[in-house]
Amino acid sequence: MDILIGITTKDSVLIATSKSVARGVSVIKTNDDKTRELTDHSLLAFSGESGDTTNFAEYIQANIRLYGTRNGFEMSNKAIASFTRNELASALRSRKPYQVNILIGGYDVKKKKATLNWIDYLAANVELPYAAHGYAQYYVLSLLDRHHDPNMTQEQGLELLKDCIKELRLRMPIDFKGVQVKVVDEAGVRKLPEDF
Amino acid sequence: MAGKDCIAIACDLRLGMQSVGVSSNFEKIFEYDSVYLGLTGLATDVITLSEEFRMKHNMYKMREERRMEPDTFANLVSSSLYEKRFGPYFVGPIVAGLNSKTGKPFICGFDLIGAIDFAKDFIVAGTATDQLYGMCESLWEPDLEPEDLFETISQALLNAQDRDALSGWGAVVYIITKDKVVKRLLKTRQD
Repeated sequence: MDILIGITTKDSVLIATSKSVARGVSVIKTNDDKTRELTDHSLLAFSGESGDTTNFAEYIQANIRLYGTRNGFEMSNKAIASFTRNELASALRSRKPYQVNILIGGYDVKKKKATLNWIDYLAANVELPYAAHGYAQYYVLSLLDRHHDPNMTQEQGLELLKDCIKELRLRMPIDFKGVQVKVVDEAGVRKLPEDF
Repeated sequence: MAGKDCIAIACDLRLGMQSVGVSSNFEKIFEYDSVYLGLTGLATDVITLSEEFRMKHNMYKMREERRMEPDTFANLVSSSLYEKRFGPYFVGPIVAGLNSKTGKPFICGFDLIGAIDFAKDFIVAGTATDQLYGMCESLWEPDLEPEDLFETISQALLNAQDRDALSGWGAVVYIITKDKVVKRLLKTRQD
């Protein structure tokens, strides 16, 4: 029931993740961070089987940081997505696959272009203008189909994201304790102070 | 589809999870110099196999110092798929190309464990297989010229995918002749 939403705008990517962690019938955390920073301009958001999620995300984070320090330059966003896909794909046909769904938001400082990669637990990787995982998909994708514009500003993107969250609060059967929003743009990755 | 000294290969652009459409720009045709591979089925296996064949094709080119013929590529696909006989990749591949020596069209299809189906007319694969057979069976005729072949394959694909709930969201057609390859994006229904 976790929520992951990603929206690209003209010069940034917005990634929203739900703040609740639930075990069975109990909510055990209301300020969870379902993201990890891979490089200065790349953010990984994840949902799925707990345990697998943080383990896999931190494994990817560590490997991409290692690549950066070893080579003196960071991996491109396309390479990060391919690497992550490959790790998921080789785990898929192993004894115990990772059951993790992923969004990777990145900003290329040289090309001045924001990218968003959607990867599911089967390791299908696609680059999209906007994406979501889990049940949230059913509610927000149609909204995004109607209102998303690749040339929209960051402010317009945030307004659209707010509309998506409003719809989710109305339609989702359980409380997801709001979402945390992170922005990836020219300046890097930052968390928005306001509560969504 | 085979024509007179030419071939055509086409696919839709949808990537979906059951009823949810995820991407409308997911190409399923991959180029290996003059050999074309269409891959339908589980998206993750489509990506994995297209990358594996890219590697194997490049290795062959370096080792043999020549290009791979379509029939050679077909046997490579077949043996690679059969290697995973008891844990297969969930795909429906098709191969198309012109033989560089004879210039003869070559097309074939496979099942998920690599059994080859050679054909001299047309090969279909994917969720709209039944519809495609119906369309191809009624539209295709022998020795079509490139432009007529384009019209035939486009109409066959378009009308088949409109009768299939899981296909559509755009289409791509490649027309391959001895000295030219034309790639065309088709405008289609977006529902």
